[in-house]
Amino acid sequence: MNRMWIALIAVLALIIIPWVGVGAAGLTLLFGVGIPYIACLIFFVGFIYRIVSWAQSPVPFHIPTICGQQKSLPWIKANNRESPHSYWGLFARMALEVLFFRSLLRNDRAELKQRQRLIYSSNRFLWAGGLLFHWSLIIVLFRHLRFFTEPVLPGIAFVQNLDALFHVGLPALYITDVAIIVGLSYLFLRRVIYPQMRLISLPSDYFVLLLIIAVVLSGVLMRHFFKIDAEKAKELALSIASFRPVIPTAIGLPFYIHLFLVSILAAYLPFSKLMHAPGVFFSPTRNLKNDSRARRHINPWSYPVKVHTYEEYEDEFREAMKEAGLPVEKE
Amino acid sequence: MADDKLKPEEILNVSYEPADRDWLTPTAVFRKGTYSYSAPLKHQKYLDLPNQREWNPADADWKLPENWKEIILEGMGRLLKRHRSFKLYLDICVRCGACADKCHYFLGSGDPKNMPVLRAELLRSVYRRYFTVAGKIFGRLAGARDLTEDVLKEWFYYFFQCSECRRCSIYCPYGIDTCEITMMARELLNLVGCNIQWVVEPASNCFRTGNHLGIPPHAFKQTFEFALDELKDLTGISIDAPINRKGAEILFVAPSADYFASPHWHTFLGYLMLFHEIGLDYTWSTYASEGGNFGLFHSSELAKRLNNKIYAEARRLGVKWILGGECGHMWRTIHQYMDTFNGPADFLEEPVSPITGTKFDNARSTKMVHITEFTADLIKHDKLKLDPARNDRWKVTFHDSCNPARAIGLFAEPRYILQNVCNHFFDMPENTIKEKTFCCGSGAGLGADENMEMRLRGGFPRAHAVKYVKEKHGVNMVSCLCAIDKASLPPLFEYWVPGVEVCGVHELVGNALVMKGETRTADLRGEPLAQAEEPTA
Repeated sequence: MNRMWIALIAVLALIIIPWVGVGAAGLTLLFGVGIPYIACLIFFVGFIYRIVSWAQSPVPFHIPTICGQQKSLPWIKANNRESPHSYWGLFARMALEVLFFRSLLRNDRAELKQRQRLIYSSNRFLWAGGLLFHWSLIIVLFRHLRFFTEPVLPGIAFVQNLDALFHVGLPALYITDVAIIVGLSYLFLRRVIYPQMRLISLPSDYFVLLLIIAVVLSGVLMRHFFKIDAEKAKELALSIASFRPVIPTAIGLPFYIHLFLVSILAAYLPFSKLMHAPGVFFSPTRNLKNDSRARRHINPWSYPVKVHTYEEYEDEFREAMKEAGLPVEKE
Repeated sequence: MADDKLKPEEILNVSYEPADRDWLTPTAVFRKGTYSYSAPLKHQKYLDLPNQREWNPADADWKLPENWKEIILEGMGRLLKRHRSFKLYLDICVRCGACADKCHYFLGSGDPKNMPVLRAELLRSVYRRYFTVAGKIFGRLAGARDLTEDVLKEWFYYFFQCSECRRCSIYCPYGIDTCEITMMARELLNLVGCNIQWVVEPASNCFRTGNHLGIPPHAFKQTFEFALDELKDLTGISIDAPINRKGAEILFVAPSADYFASPHWHTFLGYLMLFHEIGLDYTWSTYASEGGNFGLFHSSELAKRLNNKIYAEARRLGVKWILGGECGHMWRTIHQYMDTFNGPADFLEEPVSPITGTKFDNARSTKMVHITEFTADLIKHDKLKLDPARNDRWKVTFHDSCNPARAIGLFAEPRYILQNVCNHFFDMPENTIKEKTFCCGSGAGLGADENMEMRLRGGFPRAHAVKYVKEKHGVNMVSCLCAIDKASLPPLFEYWVPGVEVCGVHELVGNALVMKGETRTADLRGEPLAQAEEPTA
């Protein structure tokens, strides 16, 4: 549990920094323009660096993990999604994995009853919680594009309206804001509640969850409770995006806290496990077809190895082979 | 057996809810029955392995070379540059825990370091410390730890408690493959001369004699003579088994246990009967008398050195293509590594069944066909006369061996054969078969007797699923496609679910096969044939 408290303290400290920096010291330029730019720079450079570093390591062997019937004899029904033999199958396998977390859907839970009975039960909470969080996050990020486009692109307005379908409250409460909080809370609580999860969780696992929770909460709070000047926030966003930053006037402290936490998240992302997002596309157990025997895979660093040749073998056993009536190369 | 004293309910005094403690502190305790002996010096020498010496895992002093730490870290850097899988899987794990209760060793031992996620963290923590910025600055806070002798010992303990079965990988949302992690860890351990007897000795035997058991060519020939005599007694038919014959159409390669161990032997007889009956133009080889590859459990280099023989022998004998027998990791090597290791096999032809004319398009580059693909095709084309009633004393289930399942996706072929050669076939529960199949608990070189307690623990989930179908359907025979299964499942079932026997798919084929001119009263185990009802005149 110590690991969780360390992460919580770190996130609280991160909230206090802009509070003091903007609220007390009035460093709006630093927190509104400087830090976001630096964070973006770190994000892009770091992100590309990590991807390049993965790409530089080759895939020497053809090692997909297969989850369905191979394509072999014509009368056996092959499973192109779980054991892809065509590029369409591979595309489907990857799409299902990336968009719908196919592998997590397989999840079950093993329990040992009375020291002898092993019971498996379907366990799709992680799948559901993960989907809820990730899909909400995508929609929330997409909605944010309204701060960066003028006039607001029609697709964005459409999604925004759809998201606020129930029109509860003013401004309207977004469905995804609720959903992302539910999803995140589940992902966090399971790390605190389940003994297996408590043991394997590192401070950084709690840290990213708490940081994202803080980002979401600061965003929701400034929309519904501590109102900020959204027009001015948009002016700042547009000016940053067009590389002509204007010195922002009083937007409201909650905005700066939100922006600072987002900056930290962006700068931290390339150095964290959050790189699983681009990483899954590189995974050789998932992104290769099951055609290992049909197509030769090349190992770029393959080197000659010491082998035991037939000649050496026959030299050792020739007499015995002859005696046993086995054919030999040299009499 | 190392633990005659431990009763099943005592062995299962385990909990899947680990205590909250700091796993970064190394904890390996080398308790009798849970680890394998170190590799004998003689075999280290024969294979020219690095840092050769006699040593004992249970000793405090492992006699490591003075600069062992530099060797390991330098090796790690090299592996990171060579294997994207390694680098990626060290970087992107989010510790979601989906894999935690998927490992058979965890389910049988409750040891949290057998959760795949934590097994990988044993290595990941050292990677962070020496190869990442966060780990260098924040140390333990970032889940990083120094590489110490105790950490190395922990690696040895837990990476020789992973059977590289890849079950966890199918549950991982990123496909993180603990087998890759374990393979890399073993590569690193090799560099400082730390590997186990039951990997290095078979590999060395195989290098020298062509097979794991160290059978020299003349003894190989002799076992064939025994087998042919036995078949003559059983069927009344004189069968020929060509060895090292140049100009044959097909080279047949099986795991060497098939012609030496029990119950593999009956599968061996099954092959011989089948090939005789269809008049196959084929040959066995003494030089390539092993399809299995214990090198794969050691390093990719040793795997390549051993695997080299198969193509070399196919070239020397001038065959057209290669047929492979029932074996697990042999088929992982052949399906996913052989062509890369020692190809291209451009001196061979694309495999075509000489009996049915079927082209094995899925093997067109590697040019090696799995025996169940071959036999299923024969049955489909009605080329075999089968009497499934001859297997009526068996209620059969099928254990998907890890590698044919998760490397090839070989699910339907063996089941199709079984359903044609026996009348009573029952699958185990869905989440214990096919891609979700459980390891026998003895794969990847962990099948030594001194490791028996760990084998029984690791095999528990498999045995438990067998017990389920035994109680529900009266299953008394587990059929499988792996030589290690055939060696390790009998003692496993004797412990957990007595009264269930183990066989290969082609033993049951051999039983059911109605041969031209046969006189048969007994099955391949010498038991009286369960005859179909006598036709009444």
